[in-house]
Amino acid sequence: MSIDLKQFHQTFFEESLEGLDVMEQSLLQVQNEDGDNPELINTIFRAAHSIKGGSGTFGFADIAEFTHLLETLLDEARDGKRTLDTEAIDLLLKSTDCLRAMVAGHMADAPAAANITDELAAGFKKLLAQAPGAAGAPQAAPMPSSTPSESSSTRVWNISFIPNRDILLSGNEPARIFRELAELGECLALADESQLPELNLLTPDECFLQWQLWLRTAAAEADIREVFEWVIDDCTLTVRQAADAEWPGEDAQADTPVRAQNNSEQSAVNEVTAPAQPAAAQATDAQAKATSPAASPPQGPKKAAPAAEPAQAVASPQSSSIRVGIDKVDSLINLVGELVITQSMLSELGNDFTMDRVDRLNNGLEQLMQNTRELQESVMRIRMLPISFAFNRFPRMIRDLSQKTGKQVELKLSGEQTELDKTVMEQISDPLVHLVRNAVDHGLEPPAEREQAGKAATGNLHLNAFHQGGNIVIEISDDGRGINGERVLQKAIEKGLVPEGTELSQQQIFDLIFEPGFSTAATVSDISGRGVGMDVVKRNIKSLGGRIEVISAQGKGSTFRVHLPLTLAILDGQLVRVGGETYVIPLVTIVESLQMQPDSINYVSGNIPMYRLREDNVPLVAMNQLFDVETDPTAVDNQLLVVVEADGQKLGLRIDDLLAQQQVVIKSLESNYKRIEGVSGATILGDGSVALILDVTGIMNLALSQRGSNPRAA
Amino acid sequence: MADILIVDDSASMRNMVSTTLSTAGHKVSEADNGQNALNTAKSGKFDIVITDLNMPVMDGIELVRQLRTLPSYKYTPILLLTTESADDKKAQGKQAGATGWLVKPFNPDKLLATVDRVMP
Repeated sequence: MSIDLKQFHQTFFEESLEGLDVMEQSLLQVQNEDGDNPELINTIFRAAHSIKGGSGTFGFADIAEFTHLLETLLDEARDGKRTLDTEAIDLLLKSTDCLRAMVAGHMADAPAAANITDELAAGFKKLLAQAPGAAGAPQAAPMPSSTPSESSSTRVWNISFIPNRDILLSGNEPARIFRELAELGECLALADESQLPELNLLTPDECFLQWQLWLRTAAAEADIREVFEWVIDDCTLTVRQAADAEWPGEDAQADTPVRAQNNSEQSAVNEVTAPAQPAAAQATDAQAKATSPAASPPQGPKKAAPAAEPAQAVASPQSSSIRVGIDKVDSLINLVGELVITQSMLSELGNDFTMDRVDRLNNGLEQLMQNTRELQESVMRIRMLPISFAFNRFPRMIRDLSQKTGKQVELKLSGEQTELDKTVMEQISDPLVHLVRNAVDHGLEPPAEREQAGKAATGNLHLNAFHQGGNIVIEISDDGRGINGERVLQKAIEKGLVPEGTELSQQQIFDLIFEPGFSTAATVSDISGRGVGMDVVKRNIKSLGGRIEVISAQGKGSTFRVHLPLTLAILDGQLVRVGGETYVIPLVTIVESLQMQPDSINYVSGNIPMYRLREDNVPLVAMNQLFDVETDPTAVDNQLLVVVEADGQKLGLRIDDLLAQQQVVIKSLESNYKRIEGVSGATILGDGSVALILDVTGIMNLALSQRGSNPRAA
Repeated sequence: MADILIVDDSASMRNMVSTTLSTAGHKVSEADNGQNALNTAKSGKFDIVITDLNMPVMDGIELVRQLRTLPSYKYTPILLLTTESADDKKAQGKQAGATGWLVKPFNPDKLLATVDRVMP
């Protein structure tokens, strides 16, 4: 049988990486709980054990060998022979890193270098050597060979097999063992029925027979004993090499009637030829009506399993995959079913369509729209993963960071179940890491400084995620020293980021830390890098269609708040008409839409048009002028206003008409054309025309910069 | 060919055992822990059960113990998937009523040979 083990590799890699995550989290928990929690240790052990078993089976001997060391240590911990102290946890945590690298190496078909492994392995051996009852060096895990060992010549063996009466209760049937034995050579099984009780004393689940087995084989004694391996504790077994002449003669093999009586001097024997079924013989003799498995009808010699076609290798090993809950798939199938019904309804309608059936057509299309939307949502949900996938790496990171910086940090995670698109998750991961590092490195103070400031020595770091409208918000808060606005401004002036004497609001000052080349850290640490970070963080977040804001109080701490769209692929949009053009405004940015009252437009401080909206003054932007679109100048009084909000600021967009609201599929403008300020992408509408999707933040910047040069631009 | 229940919390092992056995013509069902296996076992009648030992919720040894209390699994061959370092587990498994074991790491041929040993 040829089964290509490669087809299981991808599953094994994914499972191992998941197992390593579980190990890491549980190890951190063990350390935090400061005591041995058997369930946790068991979980860690199980993960290591699975990786070892899988790696051995799938041919990754290096991983198997290394995991064996972990397993040995964990096994001792599990048995209570050892407590997992900091040293052991350190070593185990480093090992998870190492194993991750090894797995990644195999995934890329480039096994990792052995030197780190050796170093860690030495650590394990040292640790294991310290403990009582320590296990020795790792055993390599060789693939067992299934070919029987060779022997020079055929020999005759006499095997006395006296099973315990309860042998059948373990699912072991002597007949199967003899069948196995018969595969080694010529086999003769002679049943000794002397122990059979009277018929009324017979019980179906007890074995009263004993056997003398004769085997002519080239196999070694070990091979013969191996056949009895599973029952060795359930029987009395003697294996003796016999002379050829001892092979039982015809008379011993003669079929004699069964004498069901005890302690008979002369044992009755019953010939069973190989492959023998003596248990079945017992059944036919005495227990014909009993419901013992031994009563199963005898079968002929087993044929080898037919060699079927090996399973086709599945997807390419490097393809990334996603695990989806069965309920999500079920709902998808359900929806597809409904879609099929709608489709057949519509096609029937189309067969002989008349105008009086237009209502039914509209109903059908309505239903199709509903189906499509639900299907779309359902498919999008498949891509959604809980943000715990991104959060899970932080406990470990915090542990390492606090060791490195000497700061005590308590990490709190909340909202881990908040779901986010997989692609967004992957791209936000690095910026989050940077923000967390930054919080520990710059935000939190060393214990002494904290105590001086009247705070607990241990700093708090809180990661929180929640949904807000069509966005996900991720907050990274610390209770550290906060941002020193004065120092930030001073630094920005020094660096020439802002001209001297500039008056800036607190928020604008905080935003300076996202400027390229800005760093206030007195010393450059190897943790947060060289001040190249925050601008990259902001850029990455912006490229995801998100934004970041910072709230900080000096001496009390800072909160970095990241807003991200739930998905990058689809957007709920409001279609608007400006002149002959159609634009899409992201629905989440729209505060309200209204018909303008001409007397509510004021020009404050020069020529900046402001619209008086209840108690607010909203700056106005005429879209036709901004994008240079021809429009009907007489329609000015009737212009509509869409009030949008971005970065906490409102803006009124003057448009000609409000069209439908619909979901649009975002196509990148950058990859198809080039980047344009104020436009985040494009989409294709139902009639085939292209509509630009507005980037409200960009429009705000654009409007502000144009206002200076063109005061009539409203 | 036999109806075989495979119990392992590791998807890759389950996958490998299941593919090997179904390629050889067996009918295969899977469960990812002892408890689920027990429920599956009760809902049908399997000819052979192959189970891992270390599993969450219910481990392999407890599964064997529970299966043996069911009349329809009194004599059913139950094979344990063990590792070479877990000799004590073998003994515990035997005590619980396991038929035999298959030592990890094993290859598909070894698996088929072992299953053949307990084929009804």
